[in-house]
Amino acid sequence: MRAVCARLEALSAGTQRRAGADVRYWVECTLSPEIAADAASVDNLLAALAEVAGCDIELRPTAEAPRLALWASTNQGEAALREILGYYAFPEEIRIEPGGPGAAHALSDADASAPAGGAAPAYGFFDDAPGGPAATVSQASDPGYGFFDAAPGTPAGQAAPAALAAEEEGYGFFDDAPGAPVASVSAAAPPVVAPPAQVCGRRASDDPSLHIVRTGRRETDKLAISATGEASSIRVAVEKVDQLINLVGELVITQAMLAQSASQLDPVEAERLLAGIDLLARNTRDLQESVMSIRMLPMSMVFSRFPRVVRDIAGKLGKQVELRTIGEATELDKGLIEKVTDPLTHLVRNSLDHGIETPERRIAAGKPPKGTLTLKAAHQGGNIVIEVMDDGAGLNRDKILAKARERGLPVHDAMSDQEVWQLIFAPGFSTAEQVTDVSGRGVGMDVVKRNIETLGGRVEIESAPGLGTRTSISLPLTLAILDGMSVRVGAEVYIVPITSVVESLQPRAEDLRTLAGEGRVVAIRGDYLPLIPLAEVFGTPGVAYEPTAGILIVVEAEGTRAVLHVDELLGQQQVVIKSLERNYRKVAGISGATILGDGRVALILDIAAVTRMGLNLNRTTHGRLAA
Amino acid sequence: MEPSMQVRATAVCGEYLTFTLGREEYGIDILKVQEIRGYEPPTRIAHAPPFLKGVINLRGVIVPIVDLRIRFDLGEPTYDQFTVVIILNIGRRVVGMVVDGVSDVIQLKSDEIKPAPEFASMLDTRYIQGLATVQARMIILIDIERLLSSPEMALIDTESSVNPNEE
Repeated sequence: MRAVCARLEALSAGTQRRAGADVRYWVECTLSPEIAADAASVDNLLAALAEVAGCDIELRPTAEAPRLALWASTNQGEAALREILGYYAFPEEIRIEPGGPGAAHALSDADASAPAGGAAPAYGFFDDAPGGPAATVSQASDPGYGFFDAAPGTPAGQAAPAALAAEEEGYGFFDDAPGAPVASVSAAAPPVVAPPAQVCGRRASDDPSLHIVRTGRRETDKLAISATGEASSIRVAVEKVDQLINLVGELVITQAMLAQSASQLDPVEAERLLAGIDLLARNTRDLQESVMSIRMLPMSMVFSRFPRVVRDIAGKLGKQVELRTIGEATELDKGLIEKVTDPLTHLVRNSLDHGIETPERRIAAGKPPKGTLTLKAAHQGGNIVIEVMDDGAGLNRDKILAKARERGLPVHDAMSDQEVWQLIFAPGFSTAEQVTDVSGRGVGMDVVKRNIETLGGRVEIESAPGLGTRTSISLPLTLAILDGMSVRVGAEVYIVPITSVVESLQPRAEDLRTLAGEGRVVAIRGDYLPLIPLAEVFGTPGVAYEPTAGILIVVEAEGTRAVLHVDELLGQQQVVIKSLERNYRKVAGISGATILGDGRVALILDIAAVTRMGLNLNRTTHGRLAA
Repeated sequence: MEPSMQVRATAVCGEYLTFTLGREEYGIDILKVQEIRGYEPPTRIAHAPPFLKGVINLRGVIVPIVDLRIRFDLGEPTYDQFTVVIILNIGRRVVGMVVDGVSDVIQLKSDEIKPAPEFASMLDTRYIQGLATVQARMIILIDIERLLSSPEMALIDTESSVNPNEE
């Protein structure tokens, strides 16, 4: 676990500093045109490389120029790089040599549009650009240095020695740069020039000068994430980030408390204090957002491992499979990224083993011999949806039903497809004719489902015979924060996740009906939805359910709609999710807890579970829920 | 009494925090105690056993509060400004325990601790480390870690506690 964290972190930072002695290699290879033309394949390759080495990409292959050139720092040796590249290019096309200054020259004549990253490419930039921009950059980043003011548009030579002085890496490369004599400038004031030059060397790595003027802390953060080869990153222990997040969570709560007490002050007398508190609220929110974004990582972290997994398994099974990945830039909380990897791997294995058929069978079915496996990640509301799609044979309804009967599960022929597909999540369920080392042992899908559910997500399957299967995992974006609506039931406050709230309305006596004398329903625009008084579900002491008092909230979870009855809506707020399970245990109907502005604990509702509890309650006729 | 019991009972020695529950005096290993604080009304948890008073916010951490007076049926529990909550560190969990009052920290040697006689009580003798006598007061030493992590306290979700992914 720790090792995984460290690895992911290293990846996220795109850092070059790794455990062990890193060796810098110059890597060049020419990809076959069809691979180079496919941006997804190139991304996969780069992600795979990023897994073993810190990469500064000099030249990204395109359909027109299928040449890949990069600096790779790794402690795993040349062989590791060669192995990865071997999947994408012919061995004779791969050139890997331990890094030396000579190689940098090769670049200066290369495509200047290649995004520069790291120290060496920054020099490349100075070489290509005729001085002007570099000088502007320095000015913008620190106007205090009159030195540069005096020389607007001076040739690059002026900035270049500064960079040299800062980095102290004698590439001897600027000698041929046009412009002012190098020696005199660097001698003039090297210690003064050094700091801004360092800044400009780094910033210049994205776009010359333009960004610098308006650049802020957050902007640079984003840039650091977007450019994989970005050198300006640091590696920080997860605990430190988590501690930061916790502290910010505390700050948010303290701020909320302060705001609550301040709201009782006289707005005229305490004008300045209130203005300060407003500002604090805004700053806290910004701070929280940026701190939370530290934990967000792109899905490519997970997807990047699959090309290899798919290749290995498909090879083992004698199947032809093409992997497509969509939405790799979708960001997800780091904790989720770690936990979603194993379930996804399992689903991919399943698709390869059970879903996609052998080439012969595919041809017989009139399909192209090569199957396609698609991994897709996308945001959907407050959730991220990750899909594993294959164009294989689809699930076999009869086989699953037969197997379920064999295992004594309660099934009947009239079950809907959805219900039948859910059967494969039963523990120990497998329809594989034989156990292979890929799958078929029947452990897995239940674990997948359980793991996803503990993350607050859900798994859904869609399948059509002969066309394929789609398994979609939907997860909350982050484990740490939730948009919630606080509601009052008696003296207790609960948080309803805003994502499950559809609408809220005043109860009217004529809309409330009973069903066969027991189940209560509410008529809402022609629909009859089950009514669940929260006070009864949670057995709130001293609260009698009054049908026409309070307020109704229409909620939706797992495709079912229901109406919750609460006494009052208190407001909408972002809450920091605190685990109940850390010190206690899972509680039915509750997904977690949070701390309110006044320091009290409020429980966050698990709407799907509450709905189920409420429906059972209705069935057991208005009694308190047993156990 | 089982032989293993005997061994454990004689092996314990160290400092104990003593507190009162009803009219009885109990002692727990001081190393398990994180802090002592006043009682504040916790947030009730639906369908929890009666002895689980609810959860409180302990500087940003959600901590469950148990009332052993209810668990062991030691008279009518009262909550006033003298009611004290002992915050315990059990394994990697933090649990609060309501007691009537904290009395003292005592040092006990292993030969001062007598094994508890086998008897039927609300408190299973499995959770009693032994009995000690200090100034004519009998102190019941309880193995608080075993007690609070036992299934009958229902404080720990067995399924989640075996989940290796749990952090």
